[in-house]
Amino acid sequence: MIWLTWRQSRAQAAMMAAALAALAAILALTGPNLADDYSTGIAACTTESDGCSQFVQRFFHDHQGSFLAVTAVVLVLPALIGLFWGAPLITRELEAGTHRLVWNQTITRTRWLAVKLGLTGLAAMTAAGLGSLAVTWWSGPVDKSAAHDFPRLAPLLFDARGIVPIGYAAFAFALGVTVGMLVRRTLPAMAITLAVFVAVQIAMPLLVRPHLIPPKHATIEITVANLDGLRGRPGTGPTEAILRTPDAGAYAGAWVLSGQAVDASGHAIDTIPLSRTGACAPPEGGPAPPPSGAKPGDALSGCFAELKRLGYRQQVTYHPASRFWPFQWYETAIYLALALGLAGFCFWRLRHRLS
Amino acid sequence: MSAILRARGLGKSYRRRWALSDCTLDVPAGRVVGLVGPNGAGKSTLLNLAVGMLAPTAGTIEVLGGSPASGPAQLAKVGFVAQDTPTYAGLSVEDHLRLGARLNPGWDDALARDRIRRLGLDLAQRAGKLSGGQRAQLALTLGVAKRPQLLILDEPVASLDPLARREFLQDLMEAVAEHELSVVLSSHLVSDLERVCDHLIVLVASRVQLAGDLDTLLATHHRLTGPRRDPATLPADQHVIAASHTDRQTSLLVRTECPIHDPAWTVGQLSLEDLVLAYMGQTAANRNHRPALEALR
Repeated sequence: MIWLTWRQSRAQAAMMAAALAALAAILALTGPNLADDYSTGIAACTTESDGCSQFVQRFFHDHQGSFLAVTAVVLVLPALIGLFWGAPLITRELEAGTHRLVWNQTITRTRWLAVKLGLTGLAAMTAAGLGSLAVTWWSGPVDKSAAHDFPRLAPLLFDARGIVPIGYAAFAFALGVTVGMLVRRTLPAMAITLAVFVAVQIAMPLLVRPHLIPPKHATIEITVANLDGLRGRPGTGPTEAILRTPDAGAYAGAWVLSGQAVDASGHAIDTIPLSRTGACAPPEGGPAPPPSGAKPGDALSGCFAELKRLGYRQQVTYHPASRFWPFQWYETAIYLALALGLAGFCFWRLRHRLS
Repeated sequence: MSAILRARGLGKSYRRRWALSDCTLDVPAGRVVGLVGPNGAGKSTLLNLAVGMLAPTAGTIEVLGGSPASGPAQLAKVGFVAQDTPTYAGLSVEDHLRLGARLNPGWDDALARDRIRRLGLDLAQRAGKLSGGQRAQLALTLGVAKRPQLLILDEPVASLDPLARREFLQDLMEAVAEHELSVVLSSHLVSDLERVCDHLIVLVASRVQLAGDLDTLLATHHRLTGPRRDPATLPADQHVIAASHTDRQTSLLVRTECPIHDPAWTVGQLSLEDLVLAYMGQTAANRNHRPALEALR
């Protein structure tokens, strides 16, 4: 049965192996240079006055295209496995009637399905694992430079790094097989598999992942780190302050779920109202350029003191960057459990309903 | 003699419709059994129940003393050539032989390769490129080389042209004689079965209408022709299967264990086709309640 499974899927396996080999070759050729550029750049910029922020921005900008491309490859790979390996696994036999041939050899259906599911499933997980491993290794320097815009723990990057792609591939494969068994035709099975998989992949980071570990809460003062800007109508000066989520210090690389402004009594507010004559008002005659040598925010230090006095703060809900691996393990385990559940359903269905 | 296939009140329904109902059968071993009936009569359903492709809705079925497809031992005993003789289109003839060898402990490789050589099939050819007749032969080879005790074939010749049909059946008979197989094969054409079968089961509208050895069936059915009379006046041991009347004459097809003594009748021999068609027609007439004979006048 192992031979038959291999014989039936060797074309697909060869295609996947070729694609992965091509990806690995490209990454292996460019990866060391990329890592060198980053480490030398970082070593050079520590002596500069404004730190490494300029170099990091430039480095990310230079490699943004390939960074997004390899990330997309890892994101799409499990879906492709579900569509082209999972869905046709059983429907192909049902459509051609060959299940009636193979189920009448001296091998039980349960064993037939076990070998097909087991081997192809393991191959799917291996392919996704290798792809993710290569991409995670290659994009390490770019991920560091992108931590500002794309923290590793936040959706998108989290789904395309580490070990979760293995779980996704196992789940997508089992999902494809299950849907195929239920609808019994390849094309509708592929369409439904894609729709369900995409829905699950969207629902997971929105609804489930934030609660896998209880998020941390913090109430922080408003400083230059989390003030996005002051807004007002022309000629009237600023009337409200707008906050952003902090991304430095303890929050570097963190997955910030929310950053809510609260007033002195602890009520959540959308924007912070400012008085036109307070410390946050611009100097007479319009905004003056900040004197050279002053750190940004110096001009606003009075404003921050004023906001603090009035009791305005920001409540932040977040997962610190150190939780990347716990989250990866939890999520992989969840997807593997889902895949096993679907596989169990397949065996049940095969014994009781399918013919 | 033990039965190779024993069904008791066997039934299979799809949602509300019964594809096979109340089927009670004992098929003796060592026969070539023909299962005949019109399209949609439940032939495939019965055969698929016998190999465990389907599970019964009602009743029980035993094949060679075991429950169909209950385990490797049972699967090894029964060979099945499914309707339309499915094969893997992308796999070569050689691959199919390897498949058979790897999935069947009792595989007779010499037999399989000898058959393929005799049939003139190219080992490297993909099964998808074979003609219908060649594909049927390949499927039959897989069924025979597994060395089962019972070989079940579901409409194996339905898609073949008359010549390929004759060759296939001839070849099947040779294999049967050589390996002492019991065979059950279905067809909706009596002429296919006439040449090869020695036991017959007639299935019409999801029910078994007739089952028995061919010789017995032909010996106990007679065509009676004589002056017009009411079939109800016949002796109690003569069962009327079909009756037709003209103004003066009555023609009957009766089943009886006893000889016909009434000198008023001219007794005629029946062909298998006459017999099967009479049973099929009987059900059709009962079902539709149509006054067919009146309309003919």
